[in-house]
Amino acid sequence: MNIMIFLLVLMLLAGLWAVMTSLLLRAAIALALTSVVLSILMFQMGAPLAAVFELSVCAGLISVVFISVISLTHRLPLKEYLARRQNRILRFWFLPVLLAIAGLMFFLFKQPVEVHTPARLLLAEVRIVLWQLRRLDLFTQIIVLLAGVFGVLILFGGNKENGN
Amino acid sequence: MAYLIILIPFALLALLNLLPARSRTPIAFYSTLVLLAGQVLLSPFELVRSAQFEAMLGFNLLLNNFSLILIITSGIILLASLLTAWAMIKEDSKRFNFINLLLILLIAMNGLAMAKDIFTLYVFIEAISVATFILISLNMDKYAFEGILKYLILSVVASALMLSAIGLLIMSSGSLLLTDIRGFIFPSGGTVFSQAAMTLFICGLLIKGGVVPFHGWVADAYSSASPPVSILLAGIITKAAGIFTLMKVMTATLCFTTPVMDILLLVGAISIVFGALAALGQTDIKRMLSYSSISQMGYIIAGLGTGTPLGILGAIFHFINHAVFKSQLFANAAALEQQLGTRDMDKMGGLAQVMPVTGTTSILASLSTAGVPPLAGFWSKLLIIIALWLSGNYVYSIVAVLASVITLAYFLSLQRRVFFGKVPAELSGVREASALLLMPAVFLSALTVGIGLLFPFILKMVMRQ
Repeated sequence: MNIMIFLLVLMLLAGLWAVMTSLLLRAAIALALTSVVLSILMFQMGAPLAAVFELSVCAGLISVVFISVISLTHRLPLKEYLARRQNRILRFWFLPVLLAIAGLMFFLFKQPVEVHTPARLLLAEVRIVLWQLRRLDLFTQIIVLLAGVFGVLILFGGNKENGN
Repeated sequence: MAYLIILIPFALLALLNLLPARSRTPIAFYSTLVLLAGQVLLSPFELVRSAQFEAMLGFNLLLNNFSLILIITSGIILLASLLTAWAMIKEDSKRFNFINLLLILLIAMNGLAMAKDIFTLYVFIEAISVATFILISLNMDKYAFEGILKYLILSVVASALMLSAIGLLIMSSGSLLLTDIRGFIFPSGGTVFSQAAMTLFICGLLIKGGVVPFHGWVADAYSSASPPVSILLAGIITKAAGIFTLMKVMTATLCFTTPVMDILLLVGAISIVFGALAALGQTDIKRMLSYSSISQMGYIIAGLGTGTPLGILGAIFHFINHAVFKSQLFANAAALEQQLGTRDMDKMGGLAQVMPVTGTTSILASLSTAGVPPLAGFWSKLLIIIALWLSGNYVYSIVAVLASVITLAYFLSLQRRVFFGKVPAELSGVREASALLLMPAVFLSALTVGIGLLFPFILKMVMRQ
């Protein structure tokens, strides 16, 4: 249990860092760290497949996309960067306070909860869940992906036509 | 039958994209037109049923009278939007892209209407949202991008709330099926976790519905999007993703607990008043209609918040009526924008003389929105106001009546500024919009009058079922 609490706190801290840092690269790294810790939590809770997806897609693929986009941006002059860093800390000072209060409240007013934890799924069962029980959701994911593809074609195709 | 309503548009989408680029746009237009007309006319009938095929697909869908409300209404509004797009968009590639996104929207809305599971509902809502972001950006307008950015941020918040709710629901009830959740929640009220989950899910849906206080993106997105997209946004998108899903979840799970009803009544009343007052001060016709939409959405939520069968019935009818008359008003705004090149009402005047069809249909829709008898909007508003009064919410009932008077005031102001008086010299050459652009407005105003005149019979028929 102690390791779980340690990991949860670590995940929250990494999440806070992602929001509060003024450097895009650090924010991307912090987000990847959040995903890595979440993956470990998922392994701990007996969901290895969810953990693998989280690790490969969120911590891996998405971080690569973020970092490649950030590599296309320009660095701010030091003076402007320092001013922005100050603003960012002032703007989000309440976030750690809010998290601390929420954590304290949960700790003080915790209630025994009857939780329906699903039994650990075997790989074959996961296949059944994905391909048979949630087939409609997979179909909808294809629709979402198609919408994304049309979006890229429209937004970037339009830019090409306009010469931008 | 249920799976066909999703698979046919999907097959059409795939086929159209396989056709050679030169000839595909007109084929896409006519085939989508036929598909939408077919959906509106044929979906109430049980045409095909193959248990074997349904089992093979494994789609967990349910086509009932409630899902037909969204399937038919979305068919009508998408049809109106398609005709407007064909009249207003000139480039073939843009027309084709628009039709592709329209088909994606159609699949997502049909799926949303028939989903039996709260997670599937969420996934279809996300599909609608992604298609909507792209549709709004079709115009490449900087205010539209501002609207999308606001919508995107609020959507992410809504998604986080809904996903947390789904997690809490599966933890507490062990199932995601709406019928199972009802069994868990009703009549005991469920556990603290299930109540928190339902409240989070409802908050997420209110954000998607663009009601006060989550309305920041509505006016920017509605007014800056291209006219056919504005018709979709105001007519069906926000209503399907937010309000219809809210009605579906509430009626399917029967989670009409006192805190939930209090939240809905309060959000509804604030939206009614805020939307009406904000609409009063607008000079841009599309911004006025956007704020009016927020106000009308408030009526639907307030009706639902009564938790009574009469209130829910009023909310459902107002959902349909609002989709029809607001889409029509946006179709009128599209005609004005195309003929005049402006949306500023202060630069218009006397247009009823030169644009008689647009003027007449616009007056009919405005009166229906304000709740003037015997038009469709009157009956649904009447049901909501009576339900509010009978459920003991006297203050909300009076607020709803007074806001109706404000609605009449801003629509009369719109009519006076745009259609009455003398035509300004600079607009002397203005002519009526093309027949294709007028077709949706005429069709939708015929529906407004028809539903209004036949409402007592429709109500009797619905009550009997």
